[in-house]
Amino acid sequence: METFLQQVVSGLAAGGIYAAFALALVMTYLATNAVNFAQGEMAMFSTFVASALIESGMPYWAAFFVTLAIAFLGGVAIERAILRPLERAPVLALTIVTIGLLTIFNSMAGWIFGYTIRTFPSPFPPSPVRLGGIVVSRHSLGSLGVTLALLALLYVFFRYTHLGLAMRAAARYPVGSRLVGIRVGWMLALGWGLAAAIGAVAGILIAPVLFLEPNMMGGILIYAFAAATLGGFTSPVGAVIGGFLVGIIENLAGTYIRFIGADLKLTVALGIIVLVLIFKPSGLFGQPHAQQL
Amino acid sequence: MSDLLEIVGLEAFYGRTKALHGLDLAVREGGITALLGANGAGKSTLLRAVCGMVSLRGEIRFGGRSIAGKSTEVIARQGVAHVPEGRATFASMSVEENLRLGAHPRKDRSKLGDDFERVYAVFPALAQRRRQAAGTLSGGEQQMLAVARALLLPPRLLLLDEPSLGVAPRVVTEIFQVVKQINQQEGVSVLLVEQNARRAFELAESAYVLETGRVVASGPSAMLQQDDSIRRAYLGY
Repeated sequence: METFLQQVVSGLAAGGIYAAFALALVMTYLATNAVNFAQGEMAMFSTFVASALIESGMPYWAAFFVTLAIAFLGGVAIERAILRPLERAPVLALTIVTIGLLTIFNSMAGWIFGYTIRTFPSPFPPSPVRLGGIVVSRHSLGSLGVTLALLALLYVFFRYTHLGLAMRAAARYPVGSRLVGIRVGWMLALGWGLAAAIGAVAGILIAPVLFLEPNMMGGILIYAFAAATLGGFTSPVGAVIGGFLVGIIENLAGTYIRFIGADLKLTVALGIIVLVLIFKPSGLFGQPHAQQL
Repeated sequence: MSDLLEIVGLEAFYGRTKALHGLDLAVREGGITALLGANGAGKSTLLRAVCGMVSLRGEIRFGGRSIAGKSTEVIARQGVAHVPEGRATFASMSVEENLRLGAHPRKDRSKLGDDFERVYAVFPALAQRRRQAAGTLSGGEQQMLAVARALLLPPRLLLLDEPSLGVAPRVVTEIFQVVKQINQQEGVSVLLVEQNARRAFELAESAYVLETGRVVASGPSAMLQQDDSIRRAYLGY
């Protein structure tokens, strides 16, 4: 039983990261109808920026928030400069562009920051916490706390502020939104900016565990895809729940299914994607697919 | 009074297909003008052109300033509220959220309470459903919501695209009364697309009759109504 709880708690900590990432994916998907394959690399690049800021002597939390601001502005700029000109292009073209962005960010990070693996500091003390029989690292608990705070903030923003409401309308009902005078293009760009900032939070929180290098996000992106697929790609709430579920399932499968162990955990994520697509393509909370005419 | 909306030599296109062929039209400031004609005559296209939703050639002036080629949101912000065919309400959002979004361009959004109450007084059916998702409303209620949302802009010109389509006649009467009221009390000009010419004449003091993207007749409602040849050929009664 203790092992079980232990794995669930570890799963929740990892799941928070997946949830944040999946949320970022779903937000850009809802805004532009294309999956942003560069989401992970953008987060990795942001994390390098945070690392550079911290190494230059900036306090951790200052660097954290400065990085979020940079990521936000970067996301807005990418949407305005690269995706907006393709507004009427087919989804496939947009998808290819995001794959292009992935390689660009990956190479740029290697070129500017190098390919050597770096450590990244955690703001939380290293000593683990004991809860009953369970041992959890303070970093895991701290990440979970930060992720939950972020998700709560986003919920309040989208649910209760006028700007959040207008952003939701612009993503889902572009025609009606334009008719009431909402600047849909800018709303979508803000959505990209927010998604980039969310990704940066996830990147910074996972970096102490994964270490920092240009390819660090490859695996995380697949977990995030699994989470978004499980939750339904059209549902932000679904993406978050999917993230936590994937984190828990991955840990439990690694513990209780002997041949999976620590090595084949990523396969669990891929398995989830395949199973969801076969049995419930719209995911747990997504809407059944409908073609936009 | 002068013309709030002036259209000169308007051509509109869907891809390469020309849908309007050099059309002239004016809506008097404070007036209600109807656009009549059969399906496919170009009535909706004309409204869409005014709102920058189709590619076009020609001149469109609103309040003396050219709006041809401007984006839909910029045109809306100048005071053109368009209630399109199919209504374009935000189906998954509540009635109240729809209304809040209708007031999006306004700077005084914090003081909207009174305006909401006025809207609810005009459309009591909406007041009872303010927390309900717009998509769950009946066709008539959705049409009321679309009109209410448009009124919060607040508009100088209201474009109404077939408000009677799929709506019970009693509700159409109610909506027409509201339109007449805001036209008289607040001086909002109206351009109304309607297939049912008889209903349109109840409201509009002048009308244009369109056929295949051209104006084939225009003038005061009273005159058009009395012209038997126009009535038989284009208005179908």
